[in-house]
Amino acid sequence: MSILVDEKTRVVVQGITGNEGLFHTKQMKEYGTKVVAGVTPGKGGQKIEGIPVFNSVMEAVKETGANGSAIFVPPAFAADAIMEAADSGVSVVVCLTEGIPTLDMVMVRKFLKEKGTKLVGPNTPGIISPGKCKIGVMAGYIHRQGTVGIMSRSGTLTYEVVDQLTKKGIGQSTCVGIGGDQIIGLNYVDLLELFEKDPDTEALIMIGEIGGTAEEEAAQFIEKHVKKPVVAFIAGLTAPPGRRMGHAGAIISGGKGTAGEKMEALEKAGVRVVRNPAIVGSELSALLKRA
Amino acid sequence: MKIHEYQAKEILRGYGIPVPKGRAAETPEETRKVAEEIGGKPIVVKAQIHAGGRGKGGGVRVVSSPEEAEKAAKEILGMTLVTHQTGPGGRVVRKILVEEGVEIKEELYLGVVIDRSRECPVIMASREGGVEIEKVAAESPEKIVKEWVEPYVGLRPFQANKVGYGLGFEPAQVGKLRNVMTGLYKIFCEKDCLLAEINPLVLTGGGDFIALDAKINFDDNGLFRHKEIATLRDLNEEAPLEIEASKYNLNYIKLDGNVGCMVNGAGLAMATMDIIKVFGAEPANFLDVGGGATVEMVKNGFKILMADPAVKVVFINIFGGILRCDTLARGVTEAVEEVKVNVPIVVRLEGTNVEEGRRILRESGLNFTVASGMQEGAQKVVEALNKVRG
Repeated sequence: MSILVDEKTRVVVQGITGNEGLFHTKQMKEYGTKVVAGVTPGKGGQKIEGIPVFNSVMEAVKETGANGSAIFVPPAFAADAIMEAADSGVSVVVCLTEGIPTLDMVMVRKFLKEKGTKLVGPNTPGIISPGKCKIGVMAGYIHRQGTVGIMSRSGTLTYEVVDQLTKKGIGQSTCVGIGGDQIIGLNYVDLLELFEKDPDTEALIMIGEIGGTAEEEAAQFIEKHVKKPVVAFIAGLTAPPGRRMGHAGAIISGGKGTAGEKMEALEKAGVRVVRNPAIVGSELSALLKRA
Repeated sequence: MKIHEYQAKEILRGYGIPVPKGRAAETPEETRKVAEEIGGKPIVVKAQIHAGGRGKGGGVRVVSSPEEAEKAAKEILGMTLVTHQTGPGGRVVRKILVEEGVEIKEELYLGVVIDRSRECPVIMASREGGVEIEKVAAESPEKIVKEWVEPYVGLRPFQANKVGYGLGFEPAQVGKLRNVMTGLYKIFCEKDCLLAEINPLVLTGGGDFIALDAKINFDDNGLFRHKEIATLRDLNEEAPLEIEASKYNLNYIKLDGNVGCMVNGAGLAMATMDIIKVFGAEPANFLDVGGGATVEMVKNGFKILMADPAVKVVFINIFGGILRCDTLARGVTEAVEEVKVNVPIVVRLEGTNVEEGRRILRESGLNFTVASGMQEGAQKVVEALNKVRG
């Protein structure tokens, strides 16, 4: 098993006719993802890479049974695209777009609460259940099917950790990029709950970074509800306060949201926190051997 | 994006929030003219830089005539103001705000921010104004009144009243405070702010509220729909290399160390800074060339790195996913050939076509130290640094 996406996931790509959308549609198909539809308003009726294009998500869902979505839509229109997918009954929406205004996401989150749709991102590399389904822009081949669940606010840092695991022969059940923005969809707590229930996930890796309190909330949840071993790395121990470190959400403001605070909270919750990002894989491997 | 106090006050004024009479000036003569226009005393002359603590740093003067205002302006304009927020280098004052002095009966704090956990805007107010709200939050959180706003509904009058009564005001003041709060919340939403703050909000002897200082930070992601706000950006307040980097869509932040870092992806870039520190060195910068960097971006990034004289060693840490390592290696070699480089370069490449990438680096005839793995990279950086130091 895995969480959120698997071989049964049927994907509609919103913004399929754009450069990014088209490139990654090909990549996702190549990986084995069932891309069943595309949406670009005004371009309905076309076929692209053998995939039917529709004017609306509603139509795409009706015609193809799509239940997952990948959003490659420019920032100004992305919030609308997420809401459209949710309104059309898509159960997992992955928004790759970076640069959506924060207040748009505030509205999106309220909207989603009434729809029951699960949102991954925005500003995420996506989600992958190795060997089954990839909705995102990560290089599929660095992954390997297995039993480690990964949650991260970052892209390439996740690849780094996945690579460390795969090279040790340790596979992954599902890797989720939760997104680098201030307001995002699924957070660590939501994923911890799913991973804890997933019988095929044995251990977890959490990659956090400065800004906000999502890691602290995860620590509280882990203490109470998670029995599976967790290894964590928090990026930004050397980041200066008050500066936005690339991601919109990665900022220490008013002295809050430091890596140190997050590490402390996680350690208190029994999480194995590593300070050297190069040894996440070996720490997890050691934990698995002990178990 | 940050703006100056005088710009923030113009925005407040546009939303009906009382601010002291006055405006910005760039010369002592202009300062005198504005002081004459105000026509009263005292007059306050305030240095305009993007940092707090200006009063303590000597950037704020209270004077009693246009002549004195001119004299104060002569001293403040051009000075390098150092406050706890500017760093030791300080900021050069290029503009001052000249305004009427206000009689202060009490100082309040009023702010709007996004509460990331609750995913909505929150109003924060306190009668402990004039100091940093973080300090109040840490020392006496019970003195802060918070009201979370349902974004679809907006700030309702009853909520503003709740805040006013929560602070212990009488009905007459609560009504006036509600107007200020409603205006500030409107600014926050209509202009895509991340922070809209009046500190202090002054209660005058006459029982009125007036914004004595204001700070507004805008969401960079929302600027595309606020062209008028984007023009308020003051490049003088930003580090020259950071401005240069932003032209190429690169994310660069200058730090205090001497290991220049070039990384793709923000998380990996922070992790690279951290691992350098784990092995005993200090990063000179944060530089994210993007998760899907191009050769051009790598080249521009490299030029920016090399423009920092503090850099003694360069650490390039790239995890190529969709972006192939051979493409990147070509970018790096081209950049090194183009830019005169006289410091050791440690390159760590991983990901797609990594062997080909490493071969290109080895065969380039250039002086690269190739590392496999982040850890080996960081170790080699420290070794190189020790050699440079002798």
